[in-house]
Amino acid sequence: MENLLGLFLNSVFVGNILLAYFLGMCSFVAVSKNMDTAIGLGFAVVFVLSITAPVNWLVFKFLLSPGALRWAGLESIDLSFLKFITFIAVIAAIVQIVEMVIDRYSPVLYTALGVFLPLIAVNCAILGTSLFMVERDYSFIETVVFGFGSGVGWLMAIVAMAAIRTKLRYANVPKGLDGFGIVMIVTGLMAMGFMLFSGITL
Amino acid sequence: MKISQTAAYKALSEPVVKNNPVFIQSLGICSALAVTVQMKTAIVMALAMTFVTAFSSLTISAMRNVIPRNVRMIVELSVIASLVILADEVLRAYFYDISKQLSVFVGLIITNCIVMGRAETYALGNPPLQSFMDGLGNGAGYGSVLVTVAFLRELLGAGKVLGFAVIPQVFYDVGYMNMGFMQLAPAAFIIIGLLVWLQKSLMRSK
Repeated sequence: MENLLGLFLNSVFVGNILLAYFLGMCSFVAVSKNMDTAIGLGFAVVFVLSITAPVNWLVFKFLLSPGALRWAGLESIDLSFLKFITFIAVIAAIVQIVEMVIDRYSPVLYTALGVFLPLIAVNCAILGTSLFMVERDYSFIETVVFGFGSGVGWLMAIVAMAAIRTKLRYANVPKGLDGFGIVMIVTGLMAMGFMLFSGITL
Repeated sequence: MKISQTAAYKALSEPVVKNNPVFIQSLGICSALAVTVQMKTAIVMALAMTFVTAFSSLTISAMRNVIPRNVRMIVELSVIASLVILADEVLRAYFYDISKQLSVFVGLIITNCIVMGRAETYALGNPPLQSFMDGLGNGAGYGSVLVTVAFLRELLGAGKVLGFAVIPQVFYDVGYMNMGFMQLAPAAFIIIGLLVWLQKSLMRSK
């Protein structure tokens, strides 16, 4: 249990998927202009990550990893090189399904998250989490926690950034640095702040 | 007609300087900054990225008249993903150490906005050769940013260029120190921010 809590806190703070691994930068820069959309996209990422990471774990474990096809009598087959294309297809499919399900059962949620869902399919953070989970050899439970934690970390980063950018509108940014440049520098400072957590061990 | 006036040449040269995908369009910074701690990994990443962008543009452009409009995203993704798998397998076979260091970031080329963006906005509407050049140019423009950031980080952070120590011992003797901060993630963000500032100021003064 403590182990899982540690993994969760680690994926939220120390190994923040955006600030430490640079994943999901494109939508981070584009969407953090506005607080409401930042929160919407953030929650959509948490939602999709919590579903795709475990599903991709199952797909990898029972279809792709070396010897995974034992149940079908094909022991010597190793399909792990197909993981990129499979994961991205799974993610795209899940995003599509989630969109349809929300549209059918919760119109309120759909108006809040609907526009962001297609964007998410090509968000590096989603694919990155699935690839990290394979590389770090997580168990199923760990993957669930890691997927959720990464999403929460991303949500926190984008909401904090949106708040900073609201204030930044009144700041006197040097010409040429405004826009993309200052966003990068502020992100750098934020990443520095998050690094302070790395001294904490659980 | 001089070579510098052909459409193919323009498609190649424009994204390198004038319309750099990272600085001007602020695309594709996503994942790749993580590999800029050392120049070696950055160069390999830049090459892999250029390869994928160029050949995905070529392939998609060659198929542009037969791809049905509403499934084009899936088609583009499968083309890109196949090329990335190819690049990854080659790296793993011939440069195992570097491939280990690049870890998941080669795979993340799939979701890099530049590749998808070029396929969507350029390759779908232009002939194959021109699209290939456009892909090559965008890959090179992106790669040049990556290598510049890596050069600064490696030089200031470890006093090395491509693994060779370039800062003479004399400097260290009189108290010069490597900046450990440059090896950490936040430094990459800040360097990119400063480079954007430099680029914009240079563009304006022209």
